[in-house]
Amino acid sequence: MTDITMELVKKKKGKALKKNIKNSMGEYIIEKFIFILGITSIAIIALIFLFLFRSGIQLFNDITLQEFLFGRYWFPISVNPQYGILPLVAGTLMVTLGAVFISVPLGIGSAIFIAEVAPPKTKTVLKVIIEFLSAIPSVVLGFLGIVFLSSWIRVTFHLSSGFTVLTGSILVSFMALPTIISISDDALNALPQEYHEASFALGATKWETILHVLVPAASSGIIAAVMLGVGRAIGETMTVMMVTGNAAQIPNSFLVSGRTMTATIAAEMGDTVRNGTHYHALFAVGIVLFLMTSIINFIADFALSHGKKEAR
Amino acid sequence: MNKKIEEGVVFSILSFITMIVVIPTLLIIGYILLKGIGTINWEFLTAMPRQGMRAGGIYPAIIGTLYLVIGTILFALPLGVGSGIYLTEYAKQGMLSRIIRLAILNLAGVPSVVYGLFGLGLFVLFLGFGSSILAGSLTLACLILPIVITASEEALKSVPISYREASLALGASKWQTIQNVVLPHAMPGILTGAILGIGRAAGETAPILLTVAAFFLPRLPKSLFDQVMALPYHLYIISTQVPNMPEEIKYGTALVLLGIVGLFYMIATSIRIKFKISNRA
Amino acid sequence: MKKISIKDLNLYYRDFQALKDISLNIDAKKVTALIGPSGCGKSTFLRSLNRMNDLIDGVRVEGRVELENHDIYHKDVDVVTLRSRIGMVFQKPNPFPKSIYENVAYGPKRHGIKNRKQLDEIVEKSLKKAALWDEVQDRLNKSALGLSGGQQQRLCIARALAMEPEVLLMDEPTSALDPIATAKIEELITELKKEYTIVIVTHSMQQAARISDETAFFLMGELVEMDQTQRVFTTPRDQRTEDYVTGRFG
Repeated sequence: MTDITMELVKKKKGKALKKNIKNSMGEYIIEKFIFILGITSIAIIALIFLFLFRSGIQLFNDITLQEFLFGRYWFPISVNPQYGILPLVAGTLMVTLGAVFISVPLGIGSAIFIAEVAPPKTKTVLKVIIEFLSAIPSVVLGFLGIVFLSSWIRVTFHLSSGFTVLTGSILVSFMALPTIISISDDALNALPQEYHEASFALGATKWETILHVLVPAASSGIIAAVMLGVGRAIGETMTVMMVTGNAAQIPNSFLVSGRTMTATIAAEMGDTVRNGTHYHALFAVGIVLFLMTSIINFIADFALSHGKKEAR
Repeated sequence: MNKKIEEGVVFSILSFITMIVVIPTLLIIGYILLKGIGTINWEFLTAMPRQGMRAGGIYPAIIGTLYLVIGTILFALPLGVGSGIYLTEYAKQGMLSRIIRLAILNLAGVPSVVYGLFGLGLFVLFLGFGSSILAGSLTLACLILPIVITASEEALKSVPISYREASLALGASKWQTIQNVVLPHAMPGILTGAILGIGRAAGETAPILLTVAAFFLPRLPKSLFDQVMALPYHLYIISTQVPNMPEEIKYGTALVLLGIVGLFYMIATSIRIKFKISNRA
Repeated sequence: MKKISIKDLNLYYRDFQALKDISLNIDAKKVTALIGPSGCGKSTFLRSLNRMNDLIDGVRVEGRVELENHDIYHKDVDVVTLRSRIGMVFQKPNPFPKSIYENVAYGPKRHGIKNRKQLDEIVEKSLKKAALWDEVQDRLNKSALGLSGGQQQRLCIARALAMEPEVLLMDEPTSALDPIATAKIEELITELKKEYTIVIVTHSMQQAARISDETAFFLMGELVEMDQTQRVFTTPRDQRTEDYVTGRFG
């Protein structure tokens, strides 16, 4: 044996099988440190919850829960301020509903086309473009919404203003589309190749296979995709703030102005007095928003894990 | 034969639907490029804004976004990668890892403006950082954390078990194995996710609106506790709040913002293509 | 002289008992072959000798495994040191996606050898021992993934030898290789037993007969019999062993 290998052997033999305190301390410290990093996400969720509640709950020193949840008027800076969240919830729901009507058929249709119909090269190009769509900052879409879409809507529908719920819905649908497309596409791609083969072997056409075999089999993934798209739409802030006109009213059609919860927070926070009623009211709106998106996310997660179980 | 015709019609409709998504995307990018490119020159990129932002450049907004992006990376990358390592290498399947996963999922769905509220409550006011680069970076870091964690986890999971076994069987410790075998192999995937997250952070407006962004601040920040201008917020301001804003400045700013965000995406996509990483971040 | 002695070893995957009351001794500087049908527990047994089963969630071990009279499952035992004394070669060649040189130097580096000259020497010596030096000496800095399957497996052996282990565990090391590469590895094993204690799991009875001194036959988590290889193959004591080695089942 050479000297060097002797040295290595000695190093090991010296230790026998006993634990080396220095080494195992190092490992122990690293392990604990990584554990702390591992639970940051729980900490952050807990902190978000805590800080929203800490400020939001104080609203109810000044007004009642009923006034907040069922109040039909949001007039935070009038002489006789009112903090009814209904018009904001209605605004958010209308914009989201419109966005769902547009983005769900477009999204699922595109996902089917990309996953099952398009030739491989086209598929790659389409995926890159869809990814680019998700990269466009919402403020850029909002900017183009102001410049083009709103005037197009104003002219097309003979309105006095093009800043409507519909304008918001169209833009928001484009923000939700990448989510819906990529997750549905994943769900379709995750299906085993045998499904295609089995169906073709029975003499079904490609389209029949898609319609009767693939889409039903991927349905839980597609539902999750739609839910996450809805979550995206509810949470979208800048685009809607820039194009929906922001009138705090319960919209009675898609062609009038509306104001969402997100836009309210972003637009009004700058004008509030720290720890005033208005400030607390915006945090309370934040709580409602947080709860809504959480529920939607849980549904999406449930659909996904449910789908996985069924697939097994 | 009927079936064939039906299929042809349906597939044409599907391709048409896809075009409805794809063509506007290309038009948006193309149009901004076309209208904005004329504005981009050295002065626009490196001069202070003048005449109430109606002339001059957007230098402080570019620098502000740059600072925010760097700050976000510094916080989100170690936290996110560490979290990913915990989940793939250390955590046992059980209640805790289930809760962590739910937390990550939930974080990913929290609207960006709620992150803004949170940042305002915790960093700006409670911790007393004020409206500052520090508060803004921390807020954006929380926002992209789920993206970085998920990407790290996917990348770490894709490292073959056999590499870990080989290293451990050679008497390398767990951390040595992670450090020398697992992380290098997972690095392209982790980077892709991190860059996508950063692209997202660079384009966000609502969180920085509440935690850092200044309406108009024609000087550069001197410390972490200074406010800055930032590109997305600047674009919002000049397209909604400032009357008589020259068109070309708006398009120029939009192009610079789109360019920065697009650059991150292109880097991420090329890493992905080079290392053949699957398409999901 | 016995190197490893196993007493009443039981191993469970959650509720499933994978090893039942295994007791046997492994002699120093001999080749011990573990044979048996798939799922008989031979690989699990091998992996319990360097505690690789620790990596799997839900594994529980009872009984004693002694390396030179020290219980390796004792709570004070450092698995890292243990694994540097007991090397392992896996079923599929698993070189790291690094250079040939870095693969061999990986273990010594993790154990604190940083001097380039020392490392050079270890790499050369290990590759020579693994009969790979002549084939790779002029491309040490090329990726290990560019080698053929057989070369990769010899590289993995060299990588294990670089740690100067006392025992070498081999888990079906030739099952992914062609006959010529297999012959080379078998030749190498015969050479290596002069210096090392070798335990090899194999699915091929001919291989066990060709290279091993001792053979242990496992069936459904139990050790059916263990003896000198020749005897196991010619005059087995147990009917089940005879059935297996004569090819009546398995």
